[in-house]
Amino acid sequence: MPEILKDTIGPQKQFHEFLAKGEFKIQRSKVTGEYFFHPRVAFPGTGDRDLEWVEVSGNGVVHSTSCNRRLPEKGGDFNLSIIELDEGPKMMSTVVGIEPDKVEVGDKVKARIVELKGECNIIFDLIKD
Amino acid sequence: MDINKIRAKTAVVGLAETGCGLAPGWNAMELMATAVYDALDDAGLSIKEVDGLFAATAFHSMAAMSLSEYLGIRPKFADGSNIGGSSFLAHILTAAMALDAGLINVAVVAYGSNQRSAGGFKTISEAMPFEAQYDPRMPVSAYALAAKRYMYEFNASREHLAQVAIAAREWALLNPRAYMHGKGPLTTEEILSARPIVDPLGKLDCCLVTDGAAAIVMTRSDKAKDTKNTPIYLLGAAMEHHHRMISEMPNFTSTSAKDSGKRAFEMAGYKCSDMDTVQLYDAFTINPILFLEDLGFCKKGEGKDLINEIIPGGSLPVNTNGGGLSCVHPGMYGLFVTLEALRQLRNSAGDNVGDRKDGGWIENAKISLAHGNGGVLSSQVTNIWGLEETI
Repeated sequence: MPEILKDTIGPQKQFHEFLAKGEFKIQRSKVTGEYFFHPRVAFPGTGDRDLEWVEVSGNGVVHSTSCNRRLPEKGGDFNLSIIELDEGPKMMSTVVGIEPDKVEVGDKVKARIVELKGECNIIFDLIKD
Repeated sequence: MDINKIRAKTAVVGLAETGCGLAPGWNAMELMATAVYDALDDAGLSIKEVDGLFAATAFHSMAAMSLSEYLGIRPKFADGSNIGGSSFLAHILTAAMALDAGLINVAVVAYGSNQRSAGGFKTISEAMPFEAQYDPRMPVSAYALAAKRYMYEFNASREHLAQVAIAAREWALLNPRAYMHGKGPLTTEEILSARPIVDPLGKLDCCLVTDGAAAIVMTRSDKAKDTKNTPIYLLGAAMEHHHRMISEMPNFTSTSAKDSGKRAFEMAGYKCSDMDTVQLYDAFTINPILFLEDLGFCKKGEGKDLINEIIPGGSLPVNTNGGGLSCVHPGMYGLFVTLEALRQLRNSAGDNVGDRKDGGWIENAKISLAHGNGGVLSSQVTNIWGLEETI
C-alpha cells in the first residue's frame, strides 16, 4: 500500500493558511523556544522537529533596504527590505506608505497581511514616531 | 584527516577563452566546445585523452552530459554541479580529488555563454519561496541589500563602492582583451550619476553582460611536467556555503569566504601576505570589499578603504584583468577569475599568454588566489595556485 499524505499539509502551505485566517504565525522550537523563518519541517541546523506555530507581534526593524527601480508603466519604483522581527528571525518584505527610497535601516515597522500574487502575504507599514 | 592530501597533486596544463565580449551567431555550446579544444591545443593534448569532464552553464540543465555528447567523449567521471558562478572553482576541487584518486587522468573544466547576443542576463534559477512575491530583481536586489547593510554598519558611502569600479577599469585599460579596454577611465561622478538599478547600486556598480566561454585542462602533477607549458599547481582549495536566498543570509556583511579562505590557506600553507595576485569574483562593487575582508586581507569594515592598494601599481593587485566589472562577465564568472590567476603566473614564468600594457602583468608573481562566489553571496570557493617553486 503506497503512502498517501492526506489530511496534512506542509509548513509553507500552513504558513499561508494561517495568514488567510488573519494570523501571522511562525515556527519555534518547543525545546529551546527559539524562532525561525522561513517555515520548514525541522529547525535549520539542528534537525529539531518538536516545533510549534506561534503568533508573532508583527513588530520589526528594517535590517536592510533597497529601492528597486522599475518603469512607471510596469508599476514604478518599489521598496524591497529585509525585516528583523522582534522575535528574532529575518524575512524579505516591502515597506509601504512611504516613498520606496526613503526607508532607512533601523526604521521600526509593523506587519500587515495583504494579498500578493493571489496569496496572503506579509507587508510592513512604517511606525511613525 | 590529512587536509594536505591533494595539495599540489594536480596542475593546470592548458587554458583558453573564446568569444569574450560579443559572439553573435554562436550558441553557448559552440563557444564552450571551442574553448575546450583551444585549451587542449594549449596543453598539447588530444580530446581523446580527456576522461574527466566538469561543466556548468545557465543554458544547460545537465551541462556535463550535453558537453560530453557534443565533444563525442565518454568521461569516466563527470560533475555538472551548479552552485552558481563559483561552480568551476568547486569543479577544480572535485577534479583534483578524482585525479589524485586515479579515477581519471585528464580533466577539463568548461563554461560557455552567449547571453549578451541572446538577449541579456540569462538564468535558470527558480523563483525563491518567501521572496518571489515581493518581486526582487535577482541577483542585483540581493547585492543591493547587502551593500546597504554594509554602508550602515561601517559608515560606507556609494563613493566607497565606486572606487572598486574605478580600480577595475584602470586594470582593464592595461588589458587589450578587456571589454571596456578602449573606454577610458571611470570617475566617481560617472558612477554615482549612472542609471540607478536597485539603490544603492547603479549601472556601473554592476558587472558587464557579455558573451564568453572558457576552459582549463588539469592533470596529475607528475604528468604535468611533460607538457609544453609551465604547469600551475593547485596548492589549496576549499568551499563553503550556507544560504540560497538572500533573506536567509546569517550576516549580511560577512560571507562564507571567511571559511573557504581559511581552509584553502591552511591546505596551501600560505597566508594573505604571500599572495602575489588576488582575483575576486566582482559581480557587483560590494563583492571585492566583502571578500578582501572575509579572506583576511584586511579587517572587517576596512575593505572599503583599499583603493590605493588594489589599483595598478598598488601593493595588492586585485582583479588584474579588469574583473567582471570591466573585462568580461558572461553570467557565471568563476572560470575567468581562475584564468586570470593562472595567466599571471604563466606570464611571470615566461609563457606567452597575451599582451598587456606596462603594469598589466605582475612581475615575479609566484602565487595567485582565485575566489569564486555563487548565488547571492551564497557559495564561496577559494583556490590557491602556485608555480613549481612554491610547492
